[in-house]
Amino acid sequence: MEFGLSEEQRLLQASVGRYLEEASALDHVRKAAEAHAPLARDIWEGACELGVAGLLVPEAYGGLELGLLEAALMTEMMGRYVAPLPYVGTAVMAPLALMKGGSEAQKDAWLPKLASGEVIAGVGVSEVIGVRDGAGLRFENGQLNGTCLFVIDGPAADVFIVADLAGQLYLVEGQAKGLKRIDLTTIDLTRPVAELQLTNVQASPLPGGTADVTAEIIDAGRIMLAADTLGAGDMMIEKAVAYAKERQQFGRVIGSFQAVKHLCAEMAAELEPCRSLVWYAAYAQGAVPADARVMACHAKAHLSEVGRFVARTATEVHGGMGFTDLVGLHYWFKRIGLDRQLLGGPERVREEAARIQGWAA
Amino acid sequence: MDLAYSKEYEAFREEVQAFLAANRDNVPKRFGSGRPSEDQQRWQKLLIENGYAARTIPAAYGGYGAEPDILKSRIIAEEFTKARMPLGLANQGVSMLVPTLLELGTEEQKQAWIKRTLNGEIVWCQGYSEPGSGSDLASLQTKAVEDGDDFVINGQKIWTSTAQSADMIFCLVRTEPDAPKHEGISYLIFPMDTPGIEVRPLMTMTGYAEFNEVFFTDVRVPKTQIVAERGQGWFVANATLKHERGMLGDPNQAGSRLAAIVNLMHEETLSGERLIDNPLFRDRLLQLQARVVAMQFHGLRLLTASAKGESAGLAGLVVKLMGCELNHQLAALAIDALGELGVLYERSPHLREHGRWQRSYMFDLGLIIGGGTAQIQKNIISERGLGMPREPKAMKKEGAR
Repeated sequence: MEFGLSEEQRLLQASVGRYLEEASALDHVRKAAEAHAPLARDIWEGACELGVAGLLVPEAYGGLELGLLEAALMTEMMGRYVAPLPYVGTAVMAPLALMKGGSEAQKDAWLPKLASGEVIAGVGVSEVIGVRDGAGLRFENGQLNGTCLFVIDGPAADVFIVADLAGQLYLVEGQAKGLKRIDLTTIDLTRPVAELQLTNVQASPLPGGTADVTAEIIDAGRIMLAADTLGAGDMMIEKAVAYAKERQQFGRVIGSFQAVKHLCAEMAAELEPCRSLVWYAAYAQGAVPADARVMACHAKAHLSEVGRFVARTATEVHGGMGFTDLVGLHYWFKRIGLDRQLLGGPERVREEAARIQGWAA
Repeated sequence: MDLAYSKEYEAFREEVQAFLAANRDNVPKRFGSGRPSEDQQRWQKLLIENGYAARTIPAAYGGYGAEPDILKSRIIAEEFTKARMPLGLANQGVSMLVPTLLELGTEEQKQAWIKRTLNGEIVWCQGYSEPGSGSDLASLQTKAVEDGDDFVINGQKIWTSTAQSADMIFCLVRTEPDAPKHEGISYLIFPMDTPGIEVRPLMTMTGYAEFNEVFFTDVRVPKTQIVAERGQGWFVANATLKHERGMLGDPNQAGSRLAAIVNLMHEETLSGERLIDNPLFRDRLLQLQARVVAMQFHGLRLLTASAKGESAGLAGLVVKLMGCELNHQLAALAIDALGELGVLYERSPHLREHGRWQRSYMFDLGLIIGGGTAQIQKNIISERGLGMPREPKAMKKEGAR
């Protein structure tokens, strides 16, 4: 019995963390965010050299063939350094969709390119969870019609994995005729999402990409968003504690006032048990099928709640400075804000966890 | 990450299961309140003989004498809980005094007290808190003055659970009034029937007297009844408080509470609708379920660290605060889901589960406050876990000149 990370997992996480600490330092994040470019290519290429894009992809297709726990550890680092990179869509949900539901030809064509990072995949499954503004895709005669909102990693994508309203998955090439992509600006400028408008677009179904597989990739995505919040929240606490030890008022550092210390203690006490929840949820996806779905929901919903608490509290500990653009704390605040709503906010996800356990119709 | 146990541990689990299956009839039928019943003492003896209680205490002192193995301890706890059979005694003597004597007692003290405490023959109470010394325990004022071969004790203790049935007390007293506050305290052990001790039950908001006040008037205790040296009592006590912090905030308790609430919400109805079908209560249930599972896995993480001999650091410091708060919130949900039924009490008609939830809701507030208040926990987390500065010491008042 061992509940924790292996030495290899720790090293892997540390190496990506070291890379991002420099490559995704605040001034680089700021530059990438202000450029409004679909991709910070230099940061992405460096990350791909470390293998992050192909983490889940089988070795036969050029990947590292690791599991969702390792992917969660990577995503945690992305959140920690507010990396302006595609990840949850292109490195987790899309490869999983292809691995679980793709034809041999689809896998051969796309997995090696996703693994190397030369191709980026956007994932549009939002409407399976809930429809906004009349969106949704319908498939007829080999063609998809309709719109798809909040496509993860969409702005930089060369290819898309999308779901229709019944939950069936399709592959759509970025250059496909009749496909229009509109970038959606969110509060989080480090990870733009996209809207796709499809008019008679040629699409190839993933033969095994049934609603069950779609649910699995949504679960994986939810765990990644939870891990992203874990990393971002961790960094916000570190920054708040560091600031409180430095900033002086009334002749002492503000971190010596219990009013401030207790805010920091509350953040740490809330976030620390979340780490184990994220680890277990990721581990359970392969290893404990009976727990997999409920734990993915709990990780997403609980990290959303704790993340919101940490984001606002860490900002408050910074006082007026936390509210400015100057210290850049808002990048983390917004990151956590986006993580919360993508793939279902906590209320919807909890209701899903209730249904899975037979507690709701 | 590997949640399976190795063969050695699985074999051990089977051993425990076999013991439980064979001894179902030996489970005590009566339990004492405070003082273990004869049934319970027999059960305790059987558990020690088989290594399921006092497992790591040396055999020379009445324990089983096994090497510490946290995974085996966990398997024992899991299997006993699963079989709904009672674990060994976990009173303050067993969980606090015994580890303290093992660490700091003289050979004579170990021989005199450990075995009989483990057997349940001797019941202890803890004399730490005083009316004027709660969170600031080191300011305690109960004084012990040397007189010949004795200390003479005067003062008052509070929050002394089981004092009315205890044979013995382990007690902090001030022996060096001129020393700095942490260095003037000694740790004494003495019988509760010593002349001059008066115990008064302390009724709490639950309507029960879970605690007592203990008054000392010229209580004479031989000087040999000290543990460690004069003036070292604070450090002796810290050795025991460490054990107490681990006892409070147990995540498995939250797990069984959650299961009971899930049950309750399926069985109870409001205007013909099951409570589980009410989306607001259901959402609260799900929020707490996430917290319960997070704390359970957090517990496994700490267990792994401890088995490897690693310090858990910050992760270990949050357990008391989060665990006690979670238990309280669970009781709060049960009460709210029961609504008017949730405020019925004592022996009222329509009362559910003997008023369990209402009593928990109130008693748990006591646990949030006791054993180091939530605010003290936050000081500990921020200072020891996050490295934030300590509260500056209050300025000493200058005397009039």
